Amino acid sequence: MTLSLGKDLLGLEPLSAEQIRLILDTAEPFKEISERAIKKVPTLRGATVVNLFFEASTRTRVSFEFAEKRLSADSVNVAASGSSVSKGETLVDTARNLEAMRIDMVVIRHGASGAARFLADRIESNVINAGDGTHEHPTQGLLDMLTLRDRFKRLEGLKVCIVGDVLHSRVARSNIWGLTKMGAEVAVCGPRSLLPNAIDELGVTVFNRVEEAIEWADALNILRLQLERMTAGYIPSLREYNRVFGVSRERLERAKRNILILHPGPMNRGVEIDSDVADGPFSVILNQVTNGVAIRMAVLYLLSGGRPELAEAAKHAGGER
Amino acid sequence: MSFDSLARRSEPMLYFDTLPFTPGRAHIAPIMPAPPKQSTVLDARAFDRTLRRMADEIVELNNGIEGLVIVGIQRRGVQLAAQIVSTIAEREGVEVPQGALDITLYRDDLQTVGPRPLVGQTRIPVDIDGRHIIIVDDVLYTGRTIRAALDELADFGRPRRIGLAVLIDRGGRELPIQPDIVGKKISLEASQRVDVLVQELDGGNAAIIAEREAT
Repeated sequence: MTLSLGKDLLGLEPLSAEQIRLILDTAEPFKEISERAIKKVPTLRGATVVNLFFEASTRTRVSFEFAEKRLSADSVNVAASGSSVSKGETLVDTARNLEAMRIDMVVIRHGASGAARFLADRIESNVINAGDGTHEHPTQGLLDMLTLRDRFKRLEGLKVCIVGDVLHSRVARSNIWGLTKMGAEVAVCGPRSLLPNAIDELGVTVFNRVEEAIEWADALNILRLQLERMTAGYIPSLREYNRVFGVSRERLERAKRNILILHPGPMNRGVEIDSDVADGPFSVILNQVTNGVAIRMAVLYLLSGGRPELAEAAKHAGGER
Repeated sequence: MSFDSLARRSEPMLYFDTLPFTPGRAHIAPIMPAPPKQSTVLDARAFDRTLRRMADEIVELNNGIEGLVIVGIQRRGVQLAAQIVSTIAEREGVEVPQGALDITLYRDDLQTVGPRPLVGQTRIPVDIDGRHIIIVDDVLYTGRTIRAALDELADFGRPRRIGLAVLIDRGGRELPIQPDIVGKKISLEASQRVDVLVQELDGGNAAIIAEREAT
């Protein structure tokens, strides 16, 4: 039996190492398509994809849109502002109305953790989570792993430290789930107030000082402070944060070896990352963006397979509709 | 008897040559041998000879090696293309550009097959505009793979000419597609399958007829 991903991609937590490897391996040949003069293959001709974005996004939305267009799918963008969501329509009603127009896939970004799962349980279309609250952002986790694998040729045994606002970060959670399943060692580093309680139960090491993290790691995945999600005073000031946890060239040079620098964006230069690190020789931040399109093409391709049977099974198992 | 001839004799013989069947006389025929599970179309030596002849024919068709690009179709067409390129290099002293094409994303049956087939690497190392492309594949059957390959090549540019070289043409076309160069032409039932084995992936070169597994 050939390996498949099932109907939806909601997170990396429910996936097996084999399924993650399938996505990463499938993304490899898709990289080449974006290098062609005609960046398009006819694979998803006739499929309709709705990008349902309830939160602001440039990189992820554009990346998904390019992935869809390069696979020849027809895609429509729905942003929360300027849609009937602002008139009080519920998520399920919005999705069911879209589904009544015979769509095949929904890419959803939503501020509430679990929104993608909620939707996937209620509609027959494939659902791809493009970030739900502080829960997961699976395609970001996958593209981070692909970028790491490009450089190190392996994930097993790799030491990756996530630095910054882990508490509010869905990227951190997808990275932790994905990397640990693939056999990498994961650590987190940040002010205690921005690390979730009991984070070590996910099997990660906790560093309280960024110098220790740099000493330990092969790669740093640096996260932005999500000020828009901070409801209380988690840090004294941005300047204070930069002084204690900011990744600077001086701090990296003390490690006396090359540490790969990842950042999911958007970057706040001079806060969590200094410009000479972001633009430095070991930064793969733009490679991450390039790989993002390949990963999303791979996910769209893999999920679009074997739809009829899956839709049928979902109908019988659901009972909700 | 030399070891070499012993080795050759132990190889399975072509099924059609050994069948002692005479129409209308089945009742007096001796006990019919059970059809063998598989039979060899090309053994390692014949395989090598055929591929060398195909390489010569490619150069002949192109009237030299000017502008020639050899593109193998994933998977086993790629290894055949590599062997053809090295034969041309031996003969002409020049390594002609070589590419690989994976046609999975251009298949016309993607909407009906179940879980997604694995996608291989596509690699076209040169600008194909104005070149003479020779597509190399192991087995030509319905012609649908070649249709997909032609569509994919069109996304890379506009070659002067595209030719097709196949090791085995087994008949059974479903599209108006024909090869320019054929290694061996055979006629098979839909229930039969011909497998091409290559050194790099299978540990040896051969072409073998096998019954399709019951589904």
